[in-house]
Amino acid sequence: MQTELDHRELDIRQLGKSFGAFTALKNIDLSVNKGEFVCLLGPSGCGKTTLLRMIAGLERCEQGQILQAGRDITRASPAQRDYGIVFQSYALFPNLNIRDNIAYGLKGRQEDRQRRVDELLELIGLPGLDRKYPAQISGGQQQRVALARALATSPSLLLLDEPLSALDAQVREHLRFEIKSLQQRLNVTTIMVTHDQEEALTMADRIVVMNHGVIEQIGTPEQIYHQPASRFVANFVGHCNWLSATASGTRSVTLGQADLLTAPEQNLRAGEPCELYIRPEDIELLPSWDPESHTALGKLLHRELIGSIYRLRVAVAQWGGVELQIVATHREMANLRIDDGQLIPVRIPPGRLRSFGSGARV
Amino acid sequence: MMQAAQQRPRSEIFAWGLAGLCVLVLAMMLIGPLVAILSQAFIDPASGQWGWQSMAASLAAPGMLQSTLNSVQLALVTTLIVLPLAYLYAAALCRTAMPGKGLMRMLALLPLLAPSLLPGIALVYLFGNQGILKSWFPDGSIYGFWGIVIAQVFYTFPHALMILLTALRVADARLYEAATVLGAGKIRQWLTVTLPSVRYGLLSAAVVVFTLVVIDFGAAKVIGGQFNVLALEAYKQVIGQQNFSRGAVIGVLLLIPALLSFVLDHLAQRKQQAMLGARAQPLVVQRQPLRDGLALLFCTLVSGALLSILAMAVAAAFIKLWPYQMQFSLNHFNFDDVDGGGWGAFYNSLLMSLGTAVFGTLLVFVGAWLTEKVAAAQPWRQALHLLAMLPMAVPGLVLGLGYVFFFNHPSNPLHGVYGTQAILVLCSIAHFYTTAHLTAVTALKQLDREFEAVAASLKVPFWLTAWRVTLPVCLPAVLDIARYFFVGTMTTVSAVVFIYTPDTMLASVSVLNMDDAGDTAAAAAMASLIVASSALACAIFAVLSWLLQRKSQRWRD
Ligand SMILES: Nc1ncnc2c1ncn2[C@@H]1O[C@H](COP(=O)(O)OP(=O)(O)OP(=O)(O)O)[C@@H](O)[C@H]1O
Ligand SMILES: [Mg+2]
Repeated sequence: MQTELDHRELDIRQLGKSFGAFTALKNIDLSVNKGEFVCLLGPSGCGKTTLLRMIAGLERCEQGQILQAGRDITRASPAQRDYGIVFQSYALFPNLNIRDNIAYGLKGRQEDRQRRVDELLELIGLPGLDRKYPAQISGGQQQRVALARALATSPSLLLLDEPLSALDAQVREHLRFEIKSLQQRLNVTTIMVTHDQEEALTMADRIVVMNHGVIEQIGTPEQIYHQPASRFVANFVGHCNWLSATASGTRSVTLGQADLLTAPEQNLRAGEPCELYIRPEDIELLPSWDPESHTALGKLLHRELIGSIYRLRVAVAQWGGVELQIVATHREMANLRIDDGQLIPVRIPPGRLRSFGSGARV
Repeated sequence: MMQAAQQRPRSEIFAWGLAGLCVLVLAMMLIGPLVAILSQAFIDPASGQWGWQSMAASLAAPGMLQSTLNSVQLALVTTLIVLPLAYLYAAALCRTAMPGKGLMRMLALLPLLAPSLLPGIALVYLFGNQGILKSWFPDGSIYGFWGIVIAQVFYTFPHALMILLTALRVADARLYEAATVLGAGKIRQWLTVTLPSVRYGLLSAAVVVFTLVVIDFGAAKVIGGQFNVLALEAYKQVIGQQNFSRGAVIGVLLLIPALLSFVLDHLAQRKQQAMLGARAQPLVVQRQPLRDGLALLFCTLVSGALLSILAMAVAAAFIKLWPYQMQFSLNHFNFDDVDGGGWGAFYNSLLMSLGTAVFGTLLVFVGAWLTEKVAAAQPWRQALHLLAMLPMAVPGLVLGLGYVFFFNHPSNPLHGVYGTQAILVLCSIAHFYTTAHLTAVTALKQLDREFEAVAASLKVPFWLTAWRVTLPVCLPAVLDIARYFFVGTMTTVSAVVFIYTPDTMLASVSVLNMDDAGDTAAAAAMASLIVASSALACAIFAVLSWLLQRKSQRWRD
């Protein structure tokens, strides 16, 4: 018991929050280990920022409990907690130069503070900019200054609210990597809010997927992507094909004229309708026809070039006319040599079809 | 599990307490006097009973109906004259490419630096019995309706202009482009695009002008002759006849148009704000020599008229004996030789304006800052805001009278303030609170909402952040507020005319008294002195602002 608490940075128990009649958060349970990078992911308005602000002590906590390193901070004021925070707007002080911004929370002797600021400027790779004012540097640089300011006092917890959303795509990708490696070097526990799934998948050790004020799933990026716990998670992270079929056994279904094998333990009941999903990249395109029960002929409706891959839309008459989304690499496309309107063999590998129970969770 | 000590930090309790104190002080400055004047109006002096008797008796008094009608007529005519003038002037400034816009704007706002008595005095010299242009208004007909109207046009013009400038500035170029593309002529464009976008501004300007005229007594006092108006009646009842309860009744009557205009103006502003889409394109005005030339001519005429009224008062101050001995003389500035308070009144005015600027700015900014930015003080926000909006709906005359009833009441523990400079400062702060508060709130709202949250996470106390960040960033607004308090206090008559004492005589009141005693030239001299000190104060604040801007240019992009 003691050892388990030792490596816990944050323990959130049954947290709830309402704004008047509106419930912003409900039954939030979340533990974050020391040194972990956790992303709060969810659509706009799902309560990510609210949860982060409650951890920061910026919203009053009405229900539940928050423990930081075993200490109950549920009702502590922000100054009584131990964290650094970066907001979406960065909130850099416009009338203070970069050096003074970073040094804002530092105490102690002048030389020590100067040394610490130099250290941080080095860390974020911006030495030489310290006499400039926030309005004089770029968005990406402002973002790093805000990060340095939050890290200056060496807090044990770092909170980031959509720190990259105000930047353009290239800078964003670069900073993603930088923030992550900085976090690993300093080994500081980090909670980051984002609504960008790519950001969450690439940066997080664990992702917390939220929707309508509740946690849908907590897991590693792999778990979230490959074993989504709900239809919402499956749809929100990555793309999904949804197929309406009828169960013919505990792990087999009838789709149109075909009998397909699903993944094990899908709790299907024979004879009942069911909703199945499969990721676009799990569907195979075959260069030649291979008569097998999991193969059918599809008609290419449309293809779209999205950088490194193609996204295809294929209608399969044999599977009840279902329209599938499939992705293909450039190499595959070169091998297949197909055009819109042409027919192509499509295969759903056995065991890749999954469901969330017989329509129980839609 | 360790249980941390989680009492609220002492600084938070302090912030809560300080904000509460601001609210309390403001309530004392406003609610107390208002309740006092209302109870005066509704309590029968003979029986001490609440009821309508006192009210009804006052209303039925001879002359009341006539002066009410006079006030309304005066306000209507003034509004009808000021509105088109101010609209054309604002349109010339916003929608043409005429040269000298900055100068024209400044000239049009000059009347704001003068006490409302000044135009009346100038008119006496221009068109009065000894006036240079006496023939324009033969047989002293300037003393009366038209004299007051001209004085009120001078006094209310800049107020209407400012509102219309704001309304016209928010033009969306895309609408005009669309109208042109659709082939709409100039008149149709004006009817379909311009008018809808400024109609709330026009409404707002109209009610403001109307109200200003109804609640002002200065112009009627100086140039009104036998033409009596409601506000002047209140003044006469209290000062001349010591009939306080009649004064209170008229005060309550004056509250009605002020309250109405407050509500209308509030609604109009809300609509005005909603009109401008977030993606509106600013209008770029093209040169059109004919139109620009006409605009310049019009603005020159209007500002020339305003300026000549102002110049007349100043000239009168320096001329030995109008119109017989037209030599330069400083004799009229020997205020100590005439009744009316002497130079002491002027120094007292300066001191009091300075006091109002310092304490008013302090109260306004601390109140606004705490309730906008410090979480612990936020429960007070609604109350403070409501109180801060109240002065807009209370005429100075009514507020001042309320101060008499409230602070002069023997059972009031603050009775000691009565008759001191402190009560004058309090009343002036209260009188000008609304605009100052809105300026502060607007400036504070422009700061990032998360500054305080960041500071708290860095364990820097909120007051240190206020000192290091909030105040420096808001300093231009703070200077603006201080200037507004200073100039307002320097020029106001109505708010202080009931509460000064011979020991705390003020310049603006002494203008009134000297004019009353027949020393019109001395009154003109004092009025000119007020204009000069207001202008000087504006200049000083402008220089301060400029220095500040230069210093902060580095961090403002
Ligand atoms: N102070 C508040 N008063 C009332 N409702 C609020 C308040 N703060 C947040 N909400 C509501 O709570 C819900 C969650 O808000 P929150 O800001 O946490 O969403 P979010 O997940 O961060 O969304 P986004 O991605 O848009 O930032 C929203 O519906 C919002 O309107
Ligand atoms: Mg958010």
